[in-house]
Amino acid sequence: MDFRYTPQEEAFRDEVRTWLEEHLVGEFTEVGPAAGPADDRAWDVRVAWERQLGEGGWIGLGWPKEVGGRGCSVIEEVIFNEEYAKAGAPGRVSFFGEGLLGPTIVALGTPEQKQRFLPGILKATEFWCQGYSEPNAGSDLGGVQTRAVLDGDEWVINGQKIWTTYAHHADWIFAVVRTDPEAPKHKGISYLLVPLDQEGVEVRGIRTMVGTSEFNEVFFTDARTAKDNVVGDVNDGWKVSMATLGFERGTAFLSQQIAFENELNDLIVAAQKHGATDDPVTRQRLADAYIKLKIMRYNGTRMLTAMARQGTVGPEASIGKLYWSTWHRRLGELEMEVLGAAAEIVGPDYGLDAFQTAFLSSRAETIYAGASEIQRNVIGERVLGLPREPAAG
Amino acid sequence: MNFAFSEEQEALRETVAQFLGGKSPSSEVRRLMETTEGYDESVWKQMGEQMGLQGLHIPEEYGGQGYTFVELGIVLEEMGKVLLCAPYFATVCLAANAILNVGSDAQKKDLLPGIASGETIATLAFTEPSGKWGADGIGMTYESSGDGFTLSGEKMFVLDGHNADLIVVVARKSGTSGTEGLSFFTVRGDADGLTRTALETMDMTRKQAKLEFSGVKADLLGEEGSGWDALSKTLDQAAVCLSSEMVGGAQQVLDMSVDYAKVRVQFGRPIGSFQAIKHKCADMLLEVESAKSAAYYAAWAAAEDNEELPVVASLAKAYCSDAYFHCAAENIQIHGGIGFTWEHDAHLYFKRAKSSETYLGDATYHRELLAQRIGI
Repeated sequence: MDFRYTPQEEAFRDEVRTWLEEHLVGEFTEVGPAAGPADDRAWDVRVAWERQLGEGGWIGLGWPKEVGGRGCSVIEEVIFNEEYAKAGAPGRVSFFGEGLLGPTIVALGTPEQKQRFLPGILKATEFWCQGYSEPNAGSDLGGVQTRAVLDGDEWVINGQKIWTTYAHHADWIFAVVRTDPEAPKHKGISYLLVPLDQEGVEVRGIRTMVGTSEFNEVFFTDARTAKDNVVGDVNDGWKVSMATLGFERGTAFLSQQIAFENELNDLIVAAQKHGATDDPVTRQRLADAYIKLKIMRYNGTRMLTAMARQGTVGPEASIGKLYWSTWHRRLGELEMEVLGAAAEIVGPDYGLDAFQTAFLSSRAETIYAGASEIQRNVIGERVLGLPREPAAG
Repeated sequence: MNFAFSEEQEALRETVAQFLGGKSPSSEVRRLMETTEGYDESVWKQMGEQMGLQGLHIPEEYGGQGYTFVELGIVLEEMGKVLLCAPYFATVCLAANAILNVGSDAQKKDLLPGIASGETIATLAFTEPSGKWGADGIGMTYESSGDGFTLSGEKMFVLDGHNADLIVVVARKSGTSGTEGLSFFTVRGDADGLTRTALETMDMTRKQAKLEFSGVKADLLGEEGSGWDALSKTLDQAAVCLSSEMVGGAQQVLDMSVDYAKVRVQFGRPIGSFQAIKHKCADMLLEVESAKSAAYYAAWAAAEDNEELPVVASLAKAYCSDAYFHCAAENIQIHGGIGFTWEHDAHLYFKRAKSSETYLGDATYHRELLAQRIGI
């Protein structure tokens, strides 16, 4: 047990810091971190910044070198994220490609898929969105009804996806679709890669309670994709999609903890300014938020150490998702308490400040990527070994 | 950077768990908690002589094993798991640390080898009838009397005070207040003028005493007036130790809950298949794992003796107190009626959770302390 960094790790930190100092200039300094994974402010500037990261070799840090990644250790990824957050660099736009699809293709894709799709992610020239949820398949993802039928050398896709973050910015979607309607629920699903710029695809924004529209509905009407754009075997997409979710739960909360630390510091400063820190109850709540934020980091570090040793994140990752989403929701509530009456006043066109945005957008965080209730089921059944719920009638 | 125990540390955990599993089953806990002294002398001797547990983190030059707070934390976690009834916390986590923090080299050489071998039972007497955990709780004054010092007044809530051969006492110079004027003294358990009364406690697995001093001759420990910084550090270290102990108890009640939820059938199903119970268990696991992260990190900071210690000590004490109590309470709820009986062990953990939460300041106390320590 040792929480100090080695000289090699410190050297890597210097390299990251130096690169950020040299490149984080001009308009890039004005964007700042995202308020959440769905925040799409200043998209074009962020895309330009992402391309700089790509050129510098800072995308795909943990991917192996032979596919164009940097081959970094988990600890080096932590260091990069720490320095990135400290520098206040722009919110990342390539999460779905770099964080989810890329690792899935690295692990399960064909050589041709690696060659075709990974460079676009690494250079930030192609953007991705995730087509999992449907109107009738939310937590019960196995119930997807979007159909794909083979027609010669192409899949023909019909159906609808929903809650698709960034679909209006993306070039491609990775989607779970039903390819064998006769098979049992989880058996007849395939993991398809579909280009969005085609006649058979329509993307419609959904205005959320935050007032903005980063989530979308995606409609497929005889949309087409090449026969080879299946990751894993046909009808084996459930396994592939679970692998992707594993990447999501394993690494997403890491950089978030650092962003949360900045957010809590801002709140403490605001509380001091408003005189709220004289109130013993507010002091208790701020201290509680601080304690649980630090423990979020310790939990993450413990999990990463285990991951570095075992190579994978297990169902224990559900603990991390449940923890950070619950913590952030509570922080949003505390932000409103600290601001008091002023919290009610918004800017023109429902313009929200960072605290107001966090208060509202955090309500989505305990729902997406596996709702808290699903996480508790996963923890109960797969970590603690409790019996499963009997199947419905 | 790495956040895991070494193979040697895991082996230590295994050895200690095996030893305690044999020596401290529920039947022994129940036998000992009914006695006034509350521990088994032969087990205490074996802990010292065979296992070297009392001297685990005491430096080798003072007769100990020379390990750190990380290894001590592992041992405490295992002790908390089985509710070990012994004056270990008082002797090692309070008295030995106080002596290490404040004593002169000669005093350490004189006092610590006896503690390390298990020959000496010791404790720290700092709290008084007010029940305050900070410097303002210490009202007892000392007087210089020609060749030495005398103590008069009352100490309360002294862990194993009636068992201790050696009592480390904190008292203040007349006319001082707050963090000023505090000094440490040592007194023998059988000193003239000292009246010791064992207290009846709700948590019967950890014994407390009232100590009345009437002109008791005392030896100054360390320098006169060096008290507050050393006491504050001792209490931080003790809070870290207690957090480890609480983690063990919290893990145990989680295990009890999960085991029961798998076998108890109602409505034709194991109750653990109902989300109402399953989600309780999931939340308990989240808290237990988080408590471990906090306690292990704090133990590392204590081992390093770094500047983070005051903040992480309060952090760990606040979180682990809440987590242990919540898990112990849920354990009773999940067990239903059987969990409310004297016969079932659930109440022993529930009561230990409460006494541990209170001791050294509860979660509310430590959150305020943390707020001050991080400059809010």
